[in-house]
Amino acid sequence: MTPKIALAGLKKAFGPKTVLDGLDLEVAPGESLVIIGGSGTGKSVALKCILGLLRPDSGSIRIDDQETVRLSGRARERLMTRVGMLFQGAALFDSLTIWENVAFGLMQGHGMRRAQARQTAIDTLAQVGLDADVADLAPAELSGGMQKRVGLARAIAAKPEIIFFDEPTTGLDPIMADVINDLILKCVRTLGATALSITHDMASARKIADRIAMLHQGRVIWEGPADTVHHSGNPYVEQFVNGRAEGPIRMSVRA
Amino acid sequence: MNPLVLLGVVGRVFLTFLRHVGRLTVFTVTALGHCVRPPFFPRLIGRQMIEIGYFSLPVVGLTAIFTGMVLALQSHTGFARFSAEGAIATVVALSMTRELGPVLAGLMVAGRIGAAMAAEIGTMRVTEQIDALTTLSTNPYKYLVVPRLIAGLTMLPILVLVADIIGIFGGYLVGTTKLGFTPIGYVSRTWEFLEPMDVISGLVKAAAFGFVIALMGCYHGNHSRGGAQGVGKATTNAVVSASILILVLNYLLTELFFAQ
Repeated sequence: MTPKIALAGLKKAFGPKTVLDGLDLEVAPGESLVIIGGSGTGKSVALKCILGLLRPDSGSIRIDDQETVRLSGRARERLMTRVGMLFQGAALFDSLTIWENVAFGLMQGHGMRRAQARQTAIDTLAQVGLDADVADLAPAELSGGMQKRVGLARAIAAKPEIIFFDEPTTGLDPIMADVINDLILKCVRTLGATALSITHDMASARKIADRIAMLHQGRVIWEGPADTVHHSGNPYVEQFVNGRAEGPIRMSVRA
Repeated sequence: MNPLVLLGVVGRVFLTFLRHVGRLTVFTVTALGHCVRPPFFPRLIGRQMIEIGYFSLPVVGLTAIFTGMVLALQSHTGFARFSAEGAIATVVALSMTRELGPVLAGLMVAGRIGAAMAAEIGTMRVTEQIDALTTLSTNPYKYLVVPRLIAGLTMLPILVLVADIIGIFGGYLVGTTKLGFTPIGYVSRTWEFLEPMDVISGLVKAAAFGFVIALMGCYHGNHSRGGAQGVGKATTNAVVSASILILVLNYLLTELFFAQ
């Protein structure tokens, strides 16, 4: 079976600082892969490369066996209509109301009319547990957890084939984090979408992942089914999963 | 100290400058390319036009009326010394339309609009809203930059036309109440020597200034980095660079029209 997303030999450096150093990774259709790793190991950069927000220095990114690194303009926009993304800080447009945020991709990418898009937005908000009365509020009027839910609604509103999650539970209390995890699971299953998440929250990773890959210094150093992450036998993974300061991973205090 | 160190510093500053010029050129060309290719966002263009054109009216109007008034007083001080008080109305009209209307309106709008644009787009950049636009199949240039450029380009001339009229009215107020002009005398003096080219050259300047203000706001906002401090810096840079470019462009355009 061809993988939904296939990264091969992905490299990216900012000036003298190498962030991705030959990253290889495959995600099967319908699978939920979680990339774990400490801060500054290249998780976000990898995600931005796949989304086309950054251009890798070399390597290939294939989605449905189609090379996407060189895509731009219309072709990139067409690809994006099949993709949803939940940003770390939700990244809601604060000049628009909640429903306009959720319906944004439907109206811009899919050309849906406003009245119909509003109804779809309200239905999608219901899926993430939000009432119709938040639809006309501004994003700033919602709490962080609710903004995350709206961000999730926006990511799934256009029924994407692939959904990306950037630190979906960061900055939330443990209960709200678990609510978001449940919603992610439910939404991904309902859509039958392929999911790629990055996180350093192990509770979240265990819950939403079918498979986990650990990134260290721009490469995948371990990957395997989610339930094996606790007895991986890999000293790097052991250290990360158990959150120990001592171990093979050295946290450089200075960047 | 090794003198080569100094050369190194000069070289680095020069290279940084070139990098900025290159980045700005690419930004401008990309933005202009998106100005002429659909899809367009008429709703957003309209909103920016109201923001720039309508909500700047009080600031620009106040600036213009006091400038016109002070211009009448000051030229009276000068012209009374060689008994040329009659020329005051003409001087006010020419100064307002050719020079002070566009420049002062441009500088006021640069402070008001350029700063707001840089702050808004800069915040959108650092909170990943611009990345979010891209993932929702929307080109940030089309959605954010083009409406602002078009609104700046079209609204500034209208603002300046209003500023011209208000400025001349300011001169009229002072002229008729303090300097002994009759109302009809002042108006006919203004009208008699005012040529279409005076107004047109001012409006062309205004269009160029409006474009520069919006371009600087968008460019600095889009390239802001690193949280609140980065956005603050982008805002300052947008206003300062727009103001300087307005003054430089003002000279270049004046010279261009002067040769005609």
